[in-house]
Amino acid sequence: MDKLFLIIKREYLTRVTRPSFIIATLVTPLAFVAFFVVASLIFSYESDDSKKIAVIDESGILKGALKDEKGLYFKFEQKPLAQLRKNFKDSGYDAILVLPKIDNLFSKDYQVFYYTSGQSTLETEDHIEDRVSDALRDYKIDALKLERKQLEALNTSVDVEPEPIEEGGKDATKLTSAIGAGIGFIMGFIMYMAVFIYGTMVMRSVMEEKTNRIVEVMVSSVKPFQMMLGKIIGVGAVGLTQVLIWAILIPLLITIAQVTMGFNPEQQMPMGPGAPAINPEDTQALVMAAMNEVGNIRWSLILPLFIVYFLGGYFLYSSMFAAVGSAVGDDMGEAQTLTIPIVIPVVLAIYIMIKAVETPTSSLSVFASIFPLFSPIVMPAILASNPPAWQVITSVLVLIGTSIFFVWLSGRIYRVGILLYGKKGSFKEFAKWIFYKE
Amino acid sequence: MDLILDLQNVVKTYDKKIAVNDVSFGVPRASIFGLLGPNGAGKTSLIRIITTITRADSGKVFLDGQALNSRHPEQIGYMPEERGLYKKMKVGEQLTYLARLKGLSASDTKQALKYWMEKFEVMDWWGKKIEELSKGMQQKIQFISTVLHNPKLIILDEPFTGLDPINTNLLKDEIADLRAKGVSIIFSTHRMEQVEEICDNIVLIDQGQNILNGPVKTIRNSFKQNRFKVDFAEEWKGTLPPGFEVVDQQADSLVVGLAEGGNSSALLQYLLGQGVQISAFNEIMPSLNEIFIQAVEKNHQPVKGQ
Repeated sequence: MDKLFLIIKREYLTRVTRPSFIIATLVTPLAFVAFFVVASLIFSYESDDSKKIAVIDESGILKGALKDEKGLYFKFEQKPLAQLRKNFKDSGYDAILVLPKIDNLFSKDYQVFYYTSGQSTLETEDHIEDRVSDALRDYKIDALKLERKQLEALNTSVDVEPEPIEEGGKDATKLTSAIGAGIGFIMGFIMYMAVFIYGTMVMRSVMEEKTNRIVEVMVSSVKPFQMMLGKIIGVGAVGLTQVLIWAILIPLLITIAQVTMGFNPEQQMPMGPGAPAINPEDTQALVMAAMNEVGNIRWSLILPLFIVYFLGGYFLYSSMFAAVGSAVGDDMGEAQTLTIPIVIPVVLAIYIMIKAVETPTSSLSVFASIFPLFSPIVMPAILASNPPAWQVITSVLVLIGTSIFFVWLSGRIYRVGILLYGKKGSFKEFAKWIFYKE
Repeated sequence: MDLILDLQNVVKTYDKKIAVNDVSFGVPRASIFGLLGPNGAGKTSLIRIITTITRADSGKVFLDGQALNSRHPEQIGYMPEERGLYKKMKVGEQLTYLARLKGLSASDTKQALKYWMEKFEVMDWWGKKIEELSKGMQQKIQFISTVLHNPKLIILDEPFTGLDPINTNLLKDEIADLRAKGVSIIFSTHRMEQVEEICDNIVLIDQGQNILNGPVKTIRNSFKQNRFKVDFAEEWKGTLPPGFEVVDQQADSLVVGLAEGGNSSALLQYLLGQGVQISAFNEIMPSLNEIFIQAVEKNHQPVKGQ
């Protein structure tokens, strides 16, 4: 036990004091936030060139007014189109907008024509469509003599509001599942990254020790199993340290970026063309509700469970990586071939996780949340949508049991693998090694 | 005899291949013991059993009178043939780590490190990374890591490869010093002249079996062919009486084989009677190299019944 601790200490300290680790731990959040800021700026970027547009309103719906905004300047013209087109070059206009007469008030299609020498931009088109559409609506309401208030009453927004069956049960709102899904995605992806980054780290380190021949010295002092376990725990602690630092640094840096640059990511969200303009007050209410929901999630339960799944999944996969590392020595190509069967379930788990976030109660989700090769990635993703207790307990127990079994199994392969030189590792060999007596 | 290590009928099989086949031998305390054998003879398998890296399928191993157990690695120092250290670790940290893994307390480690590093004059390297050192320097560090925890038994696998003559002598002196302090040393090598020079006892392993075992002197005596070499101070061309076989005759030397029960004094007396001046008279002892080759070849052709 004492020696295991010494090994863990060495594995941990040599890694966290390495300059490359410190740089990666600090620079990654910075890069992440920088990417986030740049992406937001790109999406919020608007065309800065101004355009002068002549408007020929044959329909009369604009009533001689179209607001100048976003670099677009409109001027109503009485001259006929043919003349404007003829003198276009000297007119100083960049484009001509023609609104034809409206023949049928009941038609749902209305085409306006936009004459320009250059390319029309999507942004300008969207803007004109929005404004004309609003004006046409007002025109139709008046022309058809409709009551404005009654019309507005027709636009009812329907929400399905989840309610618990039991009285006094926890009331969830519609946002709960959306926030849950979001957090689920993040957790699932952190798990996915952790398994790959730190699992590979374990594998490389085992390969290095075997190539260095330090193992021969080590195994004359400690059991190979202690060596493997020490390495897995040490690297796992490194991973946990890094993820925790990121978990603190990234939100902190985003907040700093928001404050110093005065931009609000909620409002800068990329909107598809034609999306309804969002009322700032609505946005604020939504943010408040979302914050409220994030607060409502049972963090006291989810965070410890997340760490359980992090450790369980990490032990399960990194022990397999360690076994592969012990078998190959310095042949990276061979190592990659042997890790394919480890990578496949991880990738599958990611796909299942994406699906499970949408339908946390489907039988696929329930199965994957218990099956130990998938559960470390799938279960954290659906934890926020409150799966039943039996499912969580079964999943945790199966995962812990399987992890212990895999660590033991990998230890059997490892103890033979690290002392064997020249012989190539294969799955047939692994099976043999497991049953070797000491 | 006072044995530090006692192997009794040790057998180890790997995947249907017999690596160690019923081997027994004892290593006397405070001696230097040669573990010899051709490549693939089973030496490494034996060493791994002694260092508790693997366990024998059957047979018994006693260290200092006790059946081998999991605490014993702390009393053994092992320097493998393929040297290995953490390349990126600093010398001081590395040695501390390895000593602590051998069960040495933090304060004992500090003391032992100071003693050994001063002895080998490597105190300046404390903060250097292993990869910054030359091969010979790394070898010194490796040796220190082997003896740092004050083991009762030290196993050195080809300890002199890669060392210059000065460092080889330094290491030889160190080994002799350790023996004088009561430490027992198992020395595994192919270099027979080194064995002749430093080993008290040897065991020769071939095809997993003990084919020759005992004190170096006794073995060489048992292999000698009763031959004598006479060097003359002047030219001599005489003949010898019956009972003496001339193996090789040069102008100023003679190699003579004595018949069964023959007496070397009789040869000397006869030659002195001839009035020739003799400058040297030696019994020809077989070198361990010859014994090694002879014993292994014999073991490889048991069917022909030589």
